[in-house]
Amino acid sequence: MPFALIAPAVVFELLIHVTPMAVGVWMSVVKLTKFYIANWSAAPFAGFDNYHLALDVNGALGASLLNSFAITCAFTALVVSISWILGMAGAVVLQRTFWGRGFFRTLFLVPYAIPVYAGIIAWKFMFQKDTGAVNHLLADNLHLIGAGDKPFWLIGDNAFVAVVVVTIWRMWPFAFLMLMAGLQSIPEELYEASAVDGARPFRQWRSITVPMLGPVNRVLVLVMFLWTFNDFNTPYILFGGAQPPTGDLISFHIYSASFLTLNFGFGSAMSVLLLLFLLLVTGVYLFVLNRRSRRA
Amino acid sequence: MKMRTIAAMAAIAAVVMSTAACSSGGGSSPSGAGKTLTYWASNQGTSLENDKEVLAPELAKFTKETGIKVKLEVIGWNDLQTRIQTAVTSGQAPDVVNIGNTWATSLQATGAFLPFGDAQMKAIGGANKFVKTALDTGGAPGKTVTSVPLYGLAYGLYYNKKMFSDAGLTPPTTWEDMVADAKKLTNPASGVYGMTLAAGSYTENCHFAFINSAQNGADLFDSKGKPTFTSAGVVDGIDRYLSLMQSDKVVNVANAQYDNGTQSVSDFANGKAAMVINQNNAGNSIAAAGMSPDAYGVVPFPAPASGEKIATFIAGINLSIFKNSKNQDAALQFVKFMTSEATQATLDKPFSSLPVLQGVTPTFTDNADLAKTFQDIYSTKSKPLPLVPAEDQFESTVGKAMNSMFATIATGGTVSKADIKAALKTAQDQVTATMG
Repeated sequence: MPFALIAPAVVFELLIHVTPMAVGVWMSVVKLTKFYIANWSAAPFAGFDNYHLALDVNGALGASLLNSFAITCAFTALVVSISWILGMAGAVVLQRTFWGRGFFRTLFLVPYAIPVYAGIIAWKFMFQKDTGAVNHLLADNLHLIGAGDKPFWLIGDNAFVAVVVVTIWRMWPFAFLMLMAGLQSIPEELYEASAVDGARPFRQWRSITVPMLGPVNRVLVLVMFLWTFNDFNTPYILFGGAQPPTGDLISFHIYSASFLTLNFGFGSAMSVLLLLFLLLVTGVYLFVLNRRSRRA
Repeated sequence: MKMRTIAAMAAIAAVVMSTAACSSGGGSSPSGAGKTLTYWASNQGTSLENDKEVLAPELAKFTKETGIKVKLEVIGWNDLQTRIQTAVTSGQAPDVVNIGNTWATSLQATGAFLPFGDAQMKAIGGANKFVKTALDTGGAPGKTVTSVPLYGLAYGLYYNKKMFSDAGLTPPTTWEDMVADAKKLTNPASGVYGMTLAAGSYTENCHFAFINSAQNGADLFDSKGKPTFTSAGVVDGIDRYLSLMQSDKVVNVANAQYDNGTQSVSDFANGKAAMVINQNNAGNSIAAAGMSPDAYGVVPFPAPASGEKIATFIAGINLSIFKNSKNQDAALQFVKFMTSEATQATLDKPFSSLPVLQGVTPTFTDNADLAKTFQDIYSTKSKPLPLVPAEDQFESTVGKAMNSMFATIATGGTVSKADIKAALKTAQDQVTATMG
């Protein structure tokens, strides 16, 4: 009976997770180009040729993958750290009871609730050079830049800034939500006792809030890292079919290789490499944290 | 309780699966009448809705004649290529589909489309009914075509008549004239520029990489289908096109963000630019933006005085049948109907397309001069884009490289010929590395 009960879960796990992964790995070792996509089984075995192409940093394809990987690392580091800081600040500020707290809690969650597509399209409009709200605010309202020097945001080097800003906007409410939930489980007495001992708010935050939120943070940072590193929607919607070089995030890079040039073997090889990298990072992260928490 | 929930979920899953199976396996009875074809049309009119309105009466006529029903889906240009590729990859495909004719050879290489051999050609009315240059875009030379022409398109240089006459200018016949005129008509202070380009659209950019190279007598691929992007003629051609924004400064740098042709056409129609290079279906968009058809004229996109007089590639839309269609006979009847003289005459006007049939007079415009100009460009000043399987990779690699070059120029940088050559070398390596 117990096996019968878990059987549906096992079947769907195999169907939804394991099978596509196995197919992806198989695709990465065959030459699945446009000449074979109508009949996959005819694609010739390529061994590690696709991997060789992806890792050969002296070749055009390897070099562009490495470049995309570097951009994605910088992108992820910025988005995760800033989102976490904003989320933490928001959660701590809204922990005190004051009139209008419910309103702000709701307001801060709006980016998370808006459909992804609608939210990013709105940003795309705001980032337009001549008609966008961002340049209007910077140049015409705040006079930080001259009216004639309005910068481009979606092409050239600023594209990186644009995609980071939009992703933070989408990501920080999640950090806010998780940390706010975590804060509810910290007993109020701890703060009261520390106040009696003369602890000021920053000391309270450092010595009570952060350690007590440890388990939440551990999961939160990992999940945000994985989501951000794999983010496809933001660059795809923000930049359309042609990403600027500074906004060439890795998921989008793989998508271009697979779909725009119909080289699924090469695309899969890059996906498998991405998977291995994320597994490695996650494994090391959990290993280090578990050891530390066991010691503590 | 739990057991019941699981049972209910299993039942729901079973229902979902069986209905999914139904929707993909419909219609397999043999001959014509009573069948339903699925047809994916590209966006040719002013909107997807407009396309449906234009096509509906024709499809009704077809159903009345043959008893075959047609399920129509109109797909926008941003999605069409991906949808077709997904259909090819998954096998979940429509019966008949419109393709951009530049994709014909790449799609032919996938083997997912029905070749129009002698029997199939006969079934749709014979190869001779088509204009030869148009039919040549249907696949690689020497191979049986897997698509037949449906609508013909060509690039032309649209100019604002009033701006030209006010400045005492006549429409240009050479590249040098065009640049000189554009400089006279450019006045950044009032926001008016000589020309406008869809400089952020990789599909538009790669077309001009091709046309400008062709004017220099340069080819993008050698006879074996290997890319030759770094040849001097190609580098010079792209450099000339970039110079409109970079050194001649007759194009607003904001154009580097225009990721589709409609935005530049709109600038032209609103008097913000005196010239725009667009395909002959611009007429509808110009009218929609409020510019009267008398206010503009069209001349062939000029080549340098010493260059070859090539003004366009043979643009257009082709029709293909998926090989795994269970309704091939019905699909052939449908292709015959769509490429018949009567249907073509009706559709060419709302979709502003040039005839792809022999000996037919253009109906896409009431303006006889315009019709004559485009007909002349299409038949005497055109060259097909390379008919090689890697053509799609040329579009994405070179087109995107040009997007970046325009972005560099727009953000204050400079793009030298050495930079162009380096970028083209990367594009060429990318194409070579993934060639079958």
